[in-house]
Amino acid sequence: MDFDYSEDQKLLQESMQRFVRENYSFEARRALVATEQGYSDAHWTRFAELGWLGIPFPEEYGGLGMSGVETMVVMEAIGSGLVAEPYLSTVILGGGAVSAAGSDAQKDEILPAIAEGRCKLAFAFAERQARYNLQDVEMRAVAENGNYRLSGTKSVVFGAPTADRFVVSARTGGGSRDAAGITLFLVAADAPGLSVRSYPTADGLRAGEVMLDNTPAEGVLGEVDSALTTIEEVVDRAIAAVAAEAVGLMGALNDMTLEYLKTREQFGQPIGRFQVLQHRMVDMFIAHEEAKSMAMMAAMRIDEDDPGVRKKAMSATKVQIGKSARFIGQQSIQLHGGIGMTDEYAAGHYFKRLTMIDRSFGDSDYHLRRYAAL
Amino acid sequence: MRINITDRDRAFRKEVRGFIRERLPKNVRDKVRDGSLLAREEVVGWMRALSERGWICPNWPEEAGGPGWTPAQKFIFEEESYAACAPGPVPFGPQMVGPVLLAFGTEAQKARHLPGILSSEVIWCQAYSEPNSGSDLASLKCRAVRDGDHYVVNGRKVWTTNADWADWCFALVRTDSSGKKQDGISVLLIDMNLPGVSVRPIERFSRMSDFNEIVLDDVRVPVSERIYHEGKGWTCAKYLLGHERSGTAGIGLCRQRLDRLEEIDDGREPDFSRRIAKTGAALEDLRWSYLRMVASKEADDEIGPEASLLKIRGTEIQQDVMALLMEAQGYFAHPFIERALDQGWNEPPIGPREAAGATAFYFDWRKASIYGGSNEIQRNIIAKAVLGL
Repeated sequence: MDFDYSEDQKLLQESMQRFVRENYSFEARRALVATEQGYSDAHWTRFAELGWLGIPFPEEYGGLGMSGVETMVVMEAIGSGLVAEPYLSTVILGGGAVSAAGSDAQKDEILPAIAEGRCKLAFAFAERQARYNLQDVEMRAVAENGNYRLSGTKSVVFGAPTADRFVVSARTGGGSRDAAGITLFLVAADAPGLSVRSYPTADGLRAGEVMLDNTPAEGVLGEVDSALTTIEEVVDRAIAAVAAEAVGLMGALNDMTLEYLKTREQFGQPIGRFQVLQHRMVDMFIAHEEAKSMAMMAAMRIDEDDPGVRKKAMSATKVQIGKSARFIGQQSIQLHGGIGMTDEYAAGHYFKRLTMIDRSFGDSDYHLRRYAAL
Repeated sequence: MRINITDRDRAFRKEVRGFIRERLPKNVRDKVRDGSLLAREEVVGWMRALSERGWICPNWPEEAGGPGWTPAQKFIFEEESYAACAPGPVPFGPQMVGPVLLAFGTEAQKARHLPGILSSEVIWCQAYSEPNSGSDLASLKCRAVRDGDHYVVNGRKVWTTNADWADWCFALVRTDSSGKKQDGISVLLIDMNLPGVSVRPIERFSRMSDFNEIVLDDVRVPVSERIYHEGKGWTCAKYLLGHERSGTAGIGLCRQRLDRLEEIDDGREPDFSRRIAKTGAALEDLRWSYLRMVASKEADDEIGPEASLLKIRGTEIQQDVMALLMEAQGYFAHPFIERALDQGWNEPPIGPREAAGATAFYFDWRKASIYGGSNEIQRNIIAKAVLGL
């Protein structure tokens, strides 16, 4: 067992942390998410230059061929600064799907474009009636002259407003909740019949409802009728990634709360002298350490070949991350009192992102059920 | 011991239900149900309807203009109001300033201020907390210096809900800083239109309606607007604290939101249904604790400090309910179009109609365990005043 970072991993961590320090002051972030697009093209270009957009992709497709651990390093830094660029939707979700299921030609076309910052993807997998059930798919795909046309609506697609291409799950066979009969398609953002209703999300990021009306697909990603295993793998990768992001968010919240306990005076002393608040802060520290352990485990297990082992690990991770996120998020507001409720203070913004992570890729109930069933 | 629901209570419940059905505008009811924000005139409009019926100040004695309800009737009224999605009145006049005036005010003060509260013509806010005085309220520094027939007031008050709507404010100020911090505090009633009073909105991270900062800059307040003796304002503040204990801990609100949850729960996720049931059971407990500790008392009985537990459990259950409502939305907890909470937003909702408000309410309701004496302070009260620790 070795929980230490290698020299290269340390360098990556330092460069990410420097980026966050130099570009993501709370005020800068607040101004950025208030813009129409919600993130910075200049930052995205910088990500490409530093190689961060190709971290998980194989070297022959312009990537760095790195493991889940490097993704963890990047995502933790993204969390610590509340970074708003669509890294998760493009690199982890969209890029993850292409990487996992794409043909050589598809990978060759798309992955280098992602790594160079020329192409953004979004993964359209959720539907209104489905909640977190990945195999509840009603989007229809109909074969026509060797290609497919898609009709239906995908909901809460992260990064949809600025995606160049979508990876869309649709039904090519079976009933609406069957495991078999689901296929992944690549769909261009400017394809006829495709429209996006864009909106900000509670955490200040961007998403959209993606509506397809007899829209031609660019192609099938992977095998027809058997995409569920790919979808599950990609969503598991997202869980490992947001677990690391959450660890970064929790660390930032705990730092600012601890600082507040040491400096805020009431009743003639720093409030951190009150034992009840000391113990609360200790429990927040424990919750963060627990989350760290699970995020590390997830980073090491995500490349596991056995899907059963991987799924169980990711479900356990998601449950613990949710538990730690709720406790640290809620208590950091509580310990700050009135100031913690304000929009001009950072804590609420971290709490909001943590809460939205808890609401993504299956909540605790969902993952407890999946864990028990495995 | 027996459960004692009288025919009179049953008839009263029917009467309240009928009144609300007749008088509450449908669009206001829908907004409350969907968690949309209300405009001042919508809330005040409902307050005036209650005023006309004589129901705006349930806690006042009959001779002062109260409806003469028993505690049980007050509870029924609140339950029915929430069940019917009526807006909650701005509480500061009817529930705080009024009772303090009745207990400590001069006849002239009562004659000046009570009629406006009873008619809902005058809306009040409360200026307690300061940037450096939160849980340690008695350390407050907002200064009032006597100058002839006036006090000259300087200072800042924060987290004042509804200050932007209010005509008058009920403020704790420091008139003397030579002795113990609890001594030297006075209560002043301040006309929000006086020169030197300014209100700055403080946005909440939930993006729900703002709370405010009130800046008082050389505001000249007539001495005749001081309640009770100079330097004895802490007595009034403590009296109010006791009065707040008789509040209903948000039971009606929780019931209303749980009803909605039960409506939207399709039973496809048994774990989720179980959590709704668990919270429902906790609420039933809170309700009976309230009936036992508060509603069964006669009007003049003192409500003891043990009733702090109603604030603690009430706010905890409120927060649980808000979390369930957000969780029920699944991925639709994410979309957040700020305008969707406002008046007159007519675009089709993203996902279920209540999704827009559910997430904002979850975040906003973190305030409940902070305001009105944080839950940590409430536990201190029980530890000291009930358990003798």
